[in-house]
Amino acid sequence: MAETLFKRWNRELTMAGAGILLLLPLLGIQPKTYLTLTIAGLAMGMLLFLVASGVSIIFGLMDVLNFAHGALFAWGAYVGFTVFQLLMKWVEADSILQNLAVFLMAMVAAMVTVAILGIILERVVVRRVYGNHLFQILITFGATIVLVELIRVFWGPNDEVMTVPRTFSGNWDIMDVIVSKYRIICIFMGSMVYGIIQLILKKTKLGTIIRAGVEDRDMVQAMGHNIYLLFTGVFAVGAGLAALGGVAMSVFSLQVYPDMGGTYLLFAFIVVIIGGLGSVTGSLVGALIVGLSYNYVAYLVPWAAAGVNVLIMIIILLIRPTGLFQAGK
Amino acid sequence: MNETILKVEDVHTYIERHHILQGVSFDAKADAVTVLIGRNGAGKSTALKTVMGLLPASKGKITYKGKEIQKNKPYQIARMGIGFVPEHMGIFAELTVEENMRVAMLVENDATARRLERVLGMFAALRKFWKSKAGNLSGGQKQMLAIGRAIVNDTSLLLIDEPSKGLAPIIVDAVIEAINQIKERSVVVLVEQNFHMASSVGDDFFIFDDGMVVHSGRVEELTQNEELQSRYLGISKGVTSNG
Repeated sequence: MAETLFKRWNRELTMAGAGILLLLPLLGIQPKTYLTLTIAGLAMGMLLFLVASGVSIIFGLMDVLNFAHGALFAWGAYVGFTVFQLLMKWVEADSILQNLAVFLMAMVAAMVTVAILGIILERVVVRRVYGNHLFQILITFGATIVLVELIRVFWGPNDEVMTVPRTFSGNWDIMDVIVSKYRIICIFMGSMVYGIIQLILKKTKLGTIIRAGVEDRDMVQAMGHNIYLLFTGVFAVGAGLAALGGVAMSVFSLQVYPDMGGTYLLFAFIVVIIGGLGSVTGSLVGALIVGLSYNYVAYLVPWAAAGVNVLIMIIILLIRPTGLFQAGK
Repeated sequence: MNETILKVEDVHTYIERHHILQGVSFDAKADAVTVLIGRNGAGKSTALKTVMGLLPASKGKITYKGKEIQKNKPYQIARMGIGFVPEHMGIFAELTVEENMRVAMLVENDATARRLERVLGMFAALRKFWKSKAGNLSGGQKQMLAIGRAIVNDTSLLLIDEPSKGLAPIIVDAVIEAINQIKERSVVVLVEQNFHMASSVGDDFFIFDDGMVVHSGRVEELTQNEELQSRYLGISKGVTSNG
């Protein structure tokens, strides 16, 4: 009876449960602070989504555990940093158009550069270890060391300060609720990327083939589609998303440093494990859970902030070992 | 004499360290349905996967329309006009019936649209459940979708692996009817354990045993040879097999 009820109202019950969990921190937080924390959590979640979605797509279609994703993220941040350095006048200009232009140029440059790096990585390194997770972990970990050392060679070993485009910095005060401008931009950017990915996956033939490939790669090949070309393309897109995340996160955290990928890669894996490997929607939901819970707990119980996401991951793994969403969604 | 479309000569295939096909040879002629029969584990499905390029042939030659294909990749083989329906049907469960068909269409032009109409005419259930998730279809409907996908392109050779497996007898009859229609346009190579189905649609047969072809001939000869049926197919003498 209860099982039938749950099946029938599965979606509604899940939404209600999520709503209750989302509102739960209100018991210990003032509403205005709660709104500020929620926006911070959503922004952090969207930034994590940019990193995690690449990991998830690459695993979903290619069955590849890409530990070099963090290094690609760091490369994206550094390419963005270089564009900002070259066009510092535009970054510091009091013009929204120039600020926006330099930000877009940094993102495009980072995505293109890192997508090319991704293609090289897939063709030269990853292709040799398809189907062997242990080798994938070892070889992409090795690639991480090489990529991070290359960052040190090209940009130096020290931390660098990332400048925020002038109109992106500062806050809005909306009825005594402090809202950071850049956090709103992050939420908008993450939503846009999610929308574009969903549009491609659901509405285009290429997307349909990719979703089919997540389910059965052999069958997609037997239908006349070059799965290896698809793999390279998906790896490049995943790398590009990592780069986008790198640029956005470096502006958020105001710095770039060679090892920055490792920190966020850990978050990205937590996100995809919670959301379900291979699911883009799962990555979004997982990232929002991680972002929101981190911000609420950091305010309420600061010492527990670092562990809360691991705790959530463990609980979800115990209840649903494959994550919240199925692959291909 | 019919032209040979597919010729498999002395093919050896390994799955990991297991030597599955140990020098298999068979061929498929135009205007005929070739049936590969034999007990479980005899190597029939492996033979189809090897032809399709999904498993590499370590030795031997596979010729399709006079061209060697054993070194080609599966997608290249499919683009030559070879359709494949695997044993597990290979349905994309999370995709709709429409999306499954679209993934299968290599080009979307008038000719493909006509073939799609023919498929939907042959399998009415697919039209009915066009927007439904393929994972929600019944076993028989999934088999129809799997076959429909394989013939929506300009397929001149169709490889079908055990289409009757797990289906109710009435659905098996529908599949037999479909294969009889398909064989008018494409050469069919069928792996089948259901002797009723094999004898209903087949013209030529090859019996597989322990990774080798041990007998071949015309299907009507096999239906009369109870000794052969008993020894290699496990059908008791004097029993009329209906699956």
